[in-house]
Amino acid sequence: MDYLIQIIGPLLDGTAVTLQVFLLTLVLAVPLGLALALVRVSHFRTAASLVGGYIWLMRGTPLMLQMLFIYFALPFVPVIGIRLPDFPAAIVAFTLNYAAYFAEIFRSGIQSVGRGQYEAARVLGMSYGQTMRRIILPQVVKRILPPMSNETITLVKDTSLIYVLAMNDLLRAARGIVQRDFTTMPFVVAAAFYLIMTLVLTWGFMRLEKRYAVYED
Amino acid sequence: MPSMKTEAVPMISARDIRKHFHGTEVLKGVSLDIGKGEVIAVIGPSGSGKSTFLRCLNHLETIDAGSIVIEGETLATTDAAGHCRYAPEAEARRICRKMGMVFQQFNLFPHLTVLQNVIEAPLTVKGLSRDAIVPRAEELLRKVGLIAKCGAYPSQLSGGQKQRVAIARALAMEPDIMLFDEPTSALDPELTGEVLRTMRQLAEERMTMLVVTHEMSFARDVSTEVVFMDHGEIVEARPAAEMFADPRHPRTRCFLEHML
Repeated sequence: MDYLIQIIGPLLDGTAVTLQVFLLTLVLAVPLGLALALVRVSHFRTAASLVGGYIWLMRGTPLMLQMLFIYFALPFVPVIGIRLPDFPAAIVAFTLNYAAYFAEIFRSGIQSVGRGQYEAARVLGMSYGQTMRRIILPQVVKRILPPMSNETITLVKDTSLIYVLAMNDLLRAARGIVQRDFTTMPFVVAAAFYLIMTLVLTWGFMRLEKRYAVYED
Repeated sequence: MPSMKTEAVPMISARDIRKHFHGTEVLKGVSLDIGKGEVIAVIGPSGSGKSTFLRCLNHLETIDAGSIVIEGETLATTDAAGHCRYAPEAEARRICRKMGMVFQQFNLFPHLTVLQNVIEAPLTVKGLSRDAIVPRAEELLRKVGLIAKCGAYPSQLSGGQKQRVAIARALAMEPDIMLFDEPTSALDPELTGEVLRTMRQLAEERMTMLVVTHEMSFARDVSTEVVFMDHGEIVEARPAAEMFADPRHPRTRCFLEHML
């Protein structure tokens, strides 16, 4: 028990890092993903296929590679050439990567709303923007809750990848103690922490789903 | 009785509308004038192009050739070289707002309550305040007999109720013309009556209406004129009583014999 109290401090510090990466990524990647999805379903062919290419790139290469690239290689890229500290580099990589996944979730949601909804809005005089904002997207939210729940839970666990930038997230903190003390106890505690985080998320999404259950499609 | 057709400007004037889908000609030059207060029933077999014609009038479909003029304002026109041109997007939207539309599949907004469905467009499109539009919306819902369902979601309504909400929703934008695209075709037979009654009431209030329908009794009893379409063209268009008493064209006769 004493040992548990002794290791819980550093593990909580790691959890703080994990949560920061998680929350910042979520706050930045969801709007970016929505914007990408709107371009992808728009009639601007060139822009839409550019977004298609972007999504292919981001989903087609490992997140870890993207993070390493932004941290180590970006400074040497001509023109762009910026050197980011480890935390911003991780956030940028996570945001760019997760926005691609979120964009596809949003796209599937938008395209699942029937043509009749667009037509009804249109004959009432609504513009495309009004139709999206007032009619389509509110319905999309309900439809994408299950896949969004999946993706955010994955994000919680993916944050452990930031160890490659030598940042002390929950898992790296646990591993450090394991290697120092030759006990697997920290792993168990870390697992419990991850489970608590995903439990909170699951619960949150369940509440949202319940709230949206007041109407049926 | 003096003819209503002497009105100076028709509410809708469609000239020689042509439209094809994937190489199939769906409308082969359809022309129709609708005067103020007229109730025109468009009948015909499925695939005759009657729904497509209706959808062309309010720009849900884009025509290949011909012209559409709504209350004197040109929505689409075709020049001598055969190029069909539409009014600019915002202008087209404004012109089309003169027409309300009711769909076969209702197309209510499922995430909004009945009242919200009705006030949505007046709020966002006309920019009216809630205070201004809610009493009007309630009046419309009272008129279609659904004031008690104000707070219900569409999924909690029967088909007939949904369609009556859809009518109220369209009326909330105060259109001059109402287009109905087979408004009772998706309904159980016992529910068509309530929708038809609402439409009949509208007709009595001298609303200009264009109704694509399979309801022959509605066409006969309520409409001022019946248009029979087949294979993408208007075969016969005559006052309702005449059309049913004495269809001239063999195709009309054949169709009516099957329907009645």
